[in-house]
Amino acid sequence: MKFGLSEDQTLLDATVRRLLADQIPLDAVRRYAEGDGDQENWNALCELGLGGVLVPESAGGLGLGILDAAVLAEALGYYVTPAPFLGSAVLFPRALTQAGLSEVEPWHGRLGEALSGTLRVGVALPQAGGQRGRDGVQAAGQALSGTVTLALDDAAQAYLVGADDGALWWVGADAPGFTREAFETVDRTRRSVKITLSECPATLLSQNPAVLADLRAVAWVMLAADTLGASRAMLEKAVAYAGEREQFNRPIATFQAVKHMCAEMAAEIEPCTALVWYAAHCQDHLPQEAATTAGHAKALLGDVGQFVAKTATEVHGGMGFTDLVGLHYWFKRIGFNRQCFGNPQRVRAELAELQGW
Amino acid sequence: MDLSYGPRYEAFREEVRGFLAQYGHEAPRGEGLRSEKALAWQRRLIEHGYAARTIPKAYGGYGAQPDILESRIIAEAFAAARVSPGLGGQGISMLVPTLLEVGTEEQKTTFIPPTIRGEMIWCQGYSEPGAGSDLAALRTSAVVDGDDFVVNGQKIWTSTAHLADWIFCLVRTEPEAPKHQGISFLLFPMTSPGIEVRPLVDMTGVANFNEVFFTDVRVPTRQIVGQRGEGWKVANTILGHERGSLGDPNATMTRFNALLELMRQETIDGHRVIDNPLFRDRLAALQSRVLAMRLNDMRILSNKLNGEAAPLANLISKLQGTELRHELEGFAIDVLGELGLAYGANPAKQDGGSWQTSYMYFLGLIIGGGTSQIQKNIISERGLGMPREPKLAK
Repeated sequence: MKFGLSEDQTLLDATVRRLLADQIPLDAVRRYAEGDGDQENWNALCELGLGGVLVPESAGGLGLGILDAAVLAEALGYYVTPAPFLGSAVLFPRALTQAGLSEVEPWHGRLGEALSGTLRVGVALPQAGGQRGRDGVQAAGQALSGTVTLALDDAAQAYLVGADDGALWWVGADAPGFTREAFETVDRTRRSVKITLSECPATLLSQNPAVLADLRAVAWVMLAADTLGASRAMLEKAVAYAGEREQFNRPIATFQAVKHMCAEMAAEIEPCTALVWYAAHCQDHLPQEAATTAGHAKALLGDVGQFVAKTATEVHGGMGFTDLVGLHYWFKRIGFNRQCFGNPQRVRAELAELQGW
Repeated sequence: MDLSYGPRYEAFREEVRGFLAQYGHEAPRGEGLRSEKALAWQRRLIEHGYAARTIPKAYGGYGAQPDILESRIIAEAFAAARVSPGLGGQGISMLVPTLLEVGTEEQKTTFIPPTIRGEMIWCQGYSEPGAGSDLAALRTSAVVDGDDFVVNGQKIWTSTAHLADWIFCLVRTEPEAPKHQGISFLLFPMTSPGIEVRPLVDMTGVANFNEVFFTDVRVPTRQIVGQRGEGWKVANTILGHERGSLGDPNATMTRFNALLELMRQETIDGHRVIDNPLFRDRLAALQSRVLAMRLNDMRILSNKLNGEAAPLANLISKLQGTELRHELEGFAIDVLGELGLAYGANPAKQDGGSWQTSYMYFLGLIIGGGTSQIQKNIISERGLGMPREPKLAK
């Protein structure tokens, strides 16, 4: 029995973190926030194999599972890395595998392009977070029409689009009738777009709503893992800052008021580690628990992340409020993850339904 | 990630189930600690290795090698069958492991066999009115007079003192030494002249705790465990044990299921409570936390098994476990609303009044066994490496 990461997973984690610390430090995040692209980052990460984590070995990928992907998502969250990981490296290959298309052309070839970083796949799942206003996508024949207010990745060549009837579609960003405009959010570490489809030719990936439901569950786990990494980084920064900052002639880390804030963060974060690992494991190995554990991970990390984001900022005092320290990148990324594809209240309503309450 | 225990352990689980099927009817159901039924069941469990499993045969135990998964499987199987897993208490759970570590051969042969059989019941004399979170500030004194220590002072929060045959007790023997180095660990009978036990009624209305007063109680010097002045170390060989077991996540999961059932049955304005979106949201939020703590517990088990360290996972379990359980019990009272207020002899009480009782009882556990605030100090210092608060100049 072993509840935890394998040696390979621990090694993968360490390798990626080393690369992120060396090649994509906070300065690089700032450059992205100020308008640079993230393709260079993504190329570097793809050289390490990140793009192919879920791609079958027959298509040149690593053929690993959702737990491995969650380990990577946690590392990316820790370093608030701008990268199209969720769409291109996780949901795209997962969708093809679930739809039974990963060995079929042209998808097999596209997986090869995705793992090298040349093909970026965005995500437009308007139903996941609860449909807002006039959001929604309808199919007529082989064409889609509708609006998706928040879709992931402003630089994708194609998008996975969830339709209102539960079908999953593939839409090229160059297709006629496809328009996207920037949807500026508080999170400066990932760019989102608003997509409008007007009789836009599209390719059906799966009509089975179970495929779309699976993608949503996997996305929940990834966002939870991202928040877990970001939360842990914020806690570590708070502990380090409290050790350096002196007031009343002593480090503020010696004050119980400050120590207890840090202890509370640790106490909230630590059980989430086990929850995220388990939810990720379930996606591949315990299908009967996959949706509920994913929901629990998403909802709990949404709440824990929010608590940590606030508390760690407070430990930093006035400096936490400045742009200079850059802590706000973590704060905002955690805030984004909380709402994206369903906030805790929405996910918990789903959890109640899923369990037949 | 490998969640299976493997074929050898699954075979062991079958063995335990077989035992339960054959002998389960002999188990006590609510009979007291001293009842013949409870004592006979304890002997039966030891004989088959389901109690005192790893205590050496020489001291009356079963003599098996420690095996974390076997212990877990036994606990799970007994819980699933709702059969008493045998006697517990501070003698069996705390004193026996301490004696095995640091007791003399004579102490082991004298005390361990009757203790594990349930024939010798112990209480723990640690806390004092002036020594709670700062336990090492304890002042109960023991002064050598001939072959005896003479003990004077007072203990508090002494559970089962009114039932106990013996006490294991921390006393100050070296008043001049620094506070942690002046303490000794003594064993003596509760029937010794000079001991007075006064029940201490707690907020639930029950007197599980006591105050214990010592006036010139004579204790033979050979009844010390460890050396003079080493009592703090002796007590700490197993103190970590107690914390982890408070707020057990599996018990919390069982309680969560009872709460879910309650919400399905209770109605407000003719609608099931569980159909109320606000209550559903709170229930699901609670469920996330209960699940996370149960998985955290599996991680702790796995780490022990594989010799891996994740200190924070352990350090947070008392704090989070007791707080979560208290929250859960309080939520059930909200589910019941005004009905949840029923208490004492009120026939309108639901589930035997256990929601109110546990709501208060777990507040007691938040405070006892190291308060939540002390837990946060421990987490920040040992888990996060933050500095201790500087001592005030005297």
